[in-house]
Amino acid sequence: MLQVISLLVENKPGALMRITGVLTARGYNIESLTVARTLDPALSHMTIVVDVDPSLRSLVIKQMIKLINVLQASDLTESRAVAREMVLVRVKAPVDRRTAILKEAEIFGARVIDSSVEGFALEATGDPEKLDEFIDVMRSYGELDATRSGLVAISLEGKKPRLSPPVPTGSGVEKLEQKTGVPNG
Amino acid sequence: MMSTSSLVSGARMLLECLVREGAECIFGYPGGVTLPLYDAMYDHPMRHVLVRHEENACFAAQGYAIATGRVGVCCATSGPGATNLVTGLVNGLMDSTPIVAITGQVASKLIGSDAFQEADTFGITRSCTKHNYLVKNLADLPQIIHEAFYIAGSGRPGPVLVDIAKDVFSGQSRYAPVSAIHLPGYKVPSDGHTGQIRRAAQMIWEARRPIVYAGGGIISAGASAELRRLVEFVDIPAVCTLMGLGGLPSEHPNFISMPGMHGSYAANMGLTQTDLIIALGVRFDDRVTGRLSAFAPHAKVIHVDIDPSEIGKNRIPELPIVGDVRRVLEKLNQILAETAPAISTQNAAARRSWWHQIREWQEQYPLKPVISEAEIKPQHVVSEIDRLSGGKAIVTSDVGQHQMWSAQFIRFNEPRLWINSGGLGSMGFGLPAAIGAQFARPDKLVFAVVGDGGFQMSIPELATLVNYGLPVKVVILNNGYLGMVRQWQELFYNNRTCAVELEGFPDVQKLAAAYGFTGRTVEKPHELAPALQEAVDDPGPYLLNVRVSPCENVFPMVPAGSGISEMVVGPPQPVLVPK
Repeated sequence: MLQVISLLVENKPGALMRITGVLTARGYNIESLTVARTLDPALSHMTIVVDVDPSLRSLVIKQMIKLINVLQASDLTESRAVAREMVLVRVKAPVDRRTAILKEAEIFGARVIDSSVEGFALEATGDPEKLDEFIDVMRSYGELDATRSGLVAISLEGKKPRLSPPVPTGSGVEKLEQKTGVPNG
Repeated sequence: MMSTSSLVSGARMLLECLVREGAECIFGYPGGVTLPLYDAMYDHPMRHVLVRHEENACFAAQGYAIATGRVGVCCATSGPGATNLVTGLVNGLMDSTPIVAITGQVASKLIGSDAFQEADTFGITRSCTKHNYLVKNLADLPQIIHEAFYIAGSGRPGPVLVDIAKDVFSGQSRYAPVSAIHLPGYKVPSDGHTGQIRRAAQMIWEARRPIVYAGGGIISAGASAELRRLVEFVDIPAVCTLMGLGGLPSEHPNFISMPGMHGSYAANMGLTQTDLIIALGVRFDDRVTGRLSAFAPHAKVIHVDIDPSEIGKNRIPELPIVGDVRRVLEKLNQILAETAPAISTQNAAARRSWWHQIREWQEQYPLKPVISEAEIKPQHVVSEIDRLSGGKAIVTSDVGQHQMWSAQFIRFNEPRLWINSGGLGSMGFGLPAAIGAQFARPDKLVFAVVGDGGFQMSIPELATLVNYGLPVKVVILNNGYLGMVRQWQELFYNNRTCAVELEGFPDVQKLAAAYGFTGRTVEKPHELAPALQEAVDDPGPYLLNVRVSPCENVFPMVPAGSGISEMVVGPPQPVLVPK
């Protein structure tokens, strides 16, 4: 079963690589991944859909939380959350089918974002299964190209991330000396 | 103190940050893009130790770090310099050793252009480090250096790499010392949950056959004294893992040696039959647990670790406690002391018979060195080293048979004396680690116990020993084989030994003489003790090549995939036990 992982991360170089590294190091293939800035431009929100062995799920989350750049990581697979995906579809629409395509698009709540003599570009959002159906239906009208955004999800339980406070520089020096009894210098 | 108003180079700023972090020396190797850094070192008091290969700079920094508990620093240039650090970084990651690795990178405007000696060090070392940085702006440098030290040394320690573009080293700016670092996503657990610790105390009193399973976390956390208080107060038998040796003095009566693949019979049987494992700073490594499903089948587990991702990774504990093991043990000992009068007599009879059983196992299959009058047994060599050390010397090793014999027979009565490549098992670790350790502890007798295989991977560092006059005693257990590989080929591959014979070993006396110090080969048992004494008495480095019996194997042994109670306790042929 696919797992949906939601992460709040520092918007820093390498953060994405570290997070995906936890998955790729185990040979997992990522089904979808979305990442964008949050309201705070220093942070990003990430949603990853991946097929993780159920026995390793909590370990994967813990190993992500361990990363310096990760402020929060949670498994939304079985918790209260909403998830949506967007698809852009370009469909060939000869004159005799244009009305039918538009009617069908309306059923799925899709919007026309471009129209030309060749056809339409349509935009639809929904849960991934609904988008699968939408794409299938549109394919029945003719040649089609589709790009999906990947899933974005948000938890319905407002959990605040636990953040660490600043520490003075060089604080490790005293701590370590205290531990070993080896004087510095 | 540097003036804060004048312009200084990034290289100089880096050195100032290292000084502020208490670094004493850098183990390194220079190159093209680190030229500005070495130029700044020219008239800076920071000590630089020139090794002969970057991998050994990283190993030496680890020897230094393990011997002191402080962050070790190593340095390499871009490209091949940086890629040569990789094995060392993974080694540090596996053994939770605090190091900061500084690498040079090509100038920031050239990054990504396949410039001369360019490699994607930041990308390559991502999975080899606890954290890593690429510095392209001078303004970020001081902050990042302090963050690197903080991350390396705190929590579960580990290596942090800082890749610095050449123009950052050479750029000039005003230096304003950084007073604080803020890593909101980096959590360092400290005190454990008091309620959980109370429950732990309760479980300890209720247990009939408890055992302490202590690891490298005891050493990193400086928790030896608290560990000792615990085992003495409740009178529990304790095993220390390969990484935890010295966490409890080897001579302590409650110490029943190392568990695992080449652990003692008593340690492995104890872990198999216990009803409560008190796991302290350990990770239930496969070399300790053997087949997980057969590991400690009757036991409840209390697992204390500073890294939450270790808890439940291999064995799901009944009672997890996330925290610094020293602080957790302080509180646990306090609670045990408070609750003792009421319940310490509970299970007293069961505890007595548990100890009786443990002592029986120890007597039944003691860890005793094999000694022969006809040839030098490798176990004989490490026992002689043990005699000279008296539990006080620093001993480093590579990986393999010599490492296991050292762990079995050399006593470590303090933490930070035993320095080996545990998790990664890197050959060639012992000699450079000894260099780092000897720099850290000039007052200590340092033995590098190595095999003839690993030694040949670190031979260039003999020059470093001479260069700095380091009196490291290099003892080669020379059986002419890659012994551990041969042991597995013998036992599990139907004796089809392949590519394990090491022919062409150099004449050690000539080799050492070529480097300008003393070396000697011994072959007869009666020569061994005097030769080791001569090595110790020599004020300088000493290379002692001991021709040991070629086909000796390490026992007890738990075959891979077996439960740890399924031990092969000895070789099939009869052995001569010393009087």
